[in-house]
Amino acid sequence: MQLTVNGTPVFVHTGGREIDSARPAARPAIVLIHGAGMDHSVWSLQSRYLAHHGRSVLAVDLPGHGRSGGEPLDSIAAIADWVIALLDAAGLERAALIGHSMGALVALDAAARHGTRVEAVALLGVAERMPVHPDLLAAAHAGEQSAIEMVIGWGHGPRGHGGAQGGSCPTPGLALIPGGRRLMASIRPGVLGVDLAACNEYGQGADAAASVACPALFLLGALDKMTPAKAGRALAARVKSSQVVVLPQTGHMVMTEAPDAVLDTLTSFLSLRRG
Amino acid sequence: MAGAKFLKFDTQSLHAGQRPDPATGARAVPIHLTSSYVFSDVDQAAALFNLERPGHIYSRISNPTVAVLEERLATLEGGVGAVCTASGQAAMTLAIMTLMGAGGHIVASSSIYGGSRNLLAYTLPRFGITTTFVHPRDLDGIRAAIRPETRLVFGEVLGNPGLEVLDVPKVAAIAHQAGIPLMIDSTFTTPYLCRPFEHGADIVMHSCTKWLGGHGTAIGGVVIDGGRFDWESSGKFPTLTEPYAGYHGIDFSEEYGPAAFIARARAEGLRDFGACMSPMNAFQILQGVETLPLRMKCHIHNARKVVCFLEGELNAAKGAVAWVSYPELVDHPDHALASRLLPHGAGSIISFGIRASGQGGGEGGSREAGRRFIESLTLFSHLANVGDAKSLVIHPASTTHAQLDAEALAAAGVGEDMIRLSIGLEDCEDLIDDLKQALRAATKG
Repeated sequence: MQLTVNGTPVFVHTGGREIDSARPAARPAIVLIHGAGMDHSVWSLQSRYLAHHGRSVLAVDLPGHGRSGGEPLDSIAAIADWVIALLDAAGLERAALIGHSMGALVALDAAARHGTRVEAVALLGVAERMPVHPDLLAAAHAGEQSAIEMVIGWGHGPRGHGGAQGGSCPTPGLALIPGGRRLMASIRPGVLGVDLAACNEYGQGADAAASVACPALFLLGALDKMTPAKAGRALAARVKSSQVVVLPQTGHMVMTEAPDAVLDTLTSFLSLRRG
Repeated sequence: MAGAKFLKFDTQSLHAGQRPDPATGARAVPIHLTSSYVFSDVDQAAALFNLERPGHIYSRISNPTVAVLEERLATLEGGVGAVCTASGQAAMTLAIMTLMGAGGHIVASSSIYGGSRNLLAYTLPRFGITTTFVHPRDLDGIRAAIRPETRLVFGEVLGNPGLEVLDVPKVAAIAHQAGIPLMIDSTFTTPYLCRPFEHGADIVMHSCTKWLGGHGTAIGGVVIDGGRFDWESSGKFPTLTEPYAGYHGIDFSEEYGPAAFIARARAEGLRDFGACMSPMNAFQILQGVETLPLRMKCHIHNARKVVCFLEGELNAAKGAVAWVSYPELVDHPDHALASRLLPHGAGSIISFGIRASGQGGGEGGSREAGRRFIESLTLFSHLANVGDAKSLVIHPASTTHAQLDAEALAAAGVGEDMIRLSIGLEDCEDLIDDLKQALRAATKG
């Protein structure tokens, strides 16, 4: 679905069913917010399920990403404000926000500053701070392949990397690491650098967590090297009403490495039912 | 700052796609001989059928044993995903059916496996899909053959049986300029020798029956998606970019991004055409893939020794060899290209011409000499296969390429005198001794 947000064309994947903004009580909205250098397709193992379980789904391509126009926004706060503008453009008063990594910071910040618009947040692969190594930042700004290799390499746990105890993508026949590599390679050069800089510079995580009034679910990978589960737990402890689920044998790419566990947890958290 | 670490090719040959069986701890890949899978509840069943959750429904569409092989081959090639099929021919058919319907057109190398040629030249036209064949070295010809309705460029890294080397980067550029993908049959080279995605190809297929399986036991194929081709921008592939009623209006490109092609190949192609791989065959092929790096090293070592021997025969007075074709030879037309694309070796197929002698000279004489040569071999097996652990031999003009007329035979570089060897893993001294005695026997009469 195409929307116009702040004058810029935006692409939103709706999981195979149209959103129902006229009857928000019948199918409450969920916005899925991807991480740095990615797009809506990282949610392919969640968006279709959610859309067929009572929710209007907006798996968005952030500005400058995927099929959306415009330039990438350079701060977490700016993206959070943009998500609220997206709700306005879609005619939605409230939505649950599900974010991964950079998208999780966006969801957190939006819930803290726009509390009346946010029903609940589910934060995947998140920490209060997401410092980015200067070498990675420089490579990402330069559009170098090595930046993608670092993000994909560190981002995946054993289900992506394989090895004696790992291996085996949840989706039959797919390979997680080449898939992630190709997705990131399709993003415009330089976009990853803007995204990572926004993560690196975000210092309001602790305060934002303390301001979140809605229910918050933290879905953390036990083997996450980018946002370690310990850091996610610490952030969750600052939220008034939080639930933490740590997924074993899972790295940072929680929704592609452990899609069934993510869906099962969301089903319980959001009281999802087929329909 | 240390870069990210990834497991290397030899390690992935053993481990990619597998973890110890969670139920039993089995280290080897279990053979899941089951047609179907119990649903945990009605909602999970509905979610699987509507592509909302990943998982297995019915072994025609996916199977845990086959999935290990698919993920392993995708990983070794660097592709985003793979679908294994009943044979290499099924893989090729599946790829074509996923990309186009009636009215579609293919530009294919004229030097390809005879079975692939039959499919493209004789069978697919019955379904409205036509092919123009172009010599693999004729890059201008490939460009000129592309029409508005062309949906695929197809070739083999190493032509069969002429051993022409396809300039994959240049052909990929030609295809991409026209907004269409390049599919490579990489059977002869395997990902150990060449990874076509790194050279610009978009789809790779193999007959797994050959070097991947490596033991001549199981028939199978695979089609692998490189995930790089932009179907949306091309605008020529409605199967991947427009709603599909077969899954309630799903748009595969929108839903799966880089994995759109392989997702449709499974969701529609295996579901409806049904040419799936048996889990037993997947297990057999997995055993082969585990030792692929070791075997390929030995195949290449032996092939180089045999080429050296045949060169000696070629240069000897009254030698029985009329010509030798192997891309590593300096007089091979694609020698420089082979050095770039195939630095670890140019495969283990060797073509050579047998010299007719005495009154039986000429074309008919070549065929007769070829017959005597093949029937005199004691170690090489005469059969229609390549890439076995055992060494093999065949006379293409009368077998694998027999359906081609004289013109097509010439275009494919198949002469009456051509002998094709597939060099196996025996001691190469034994192989050379066998060739030596058979050449003597062939030229006696």
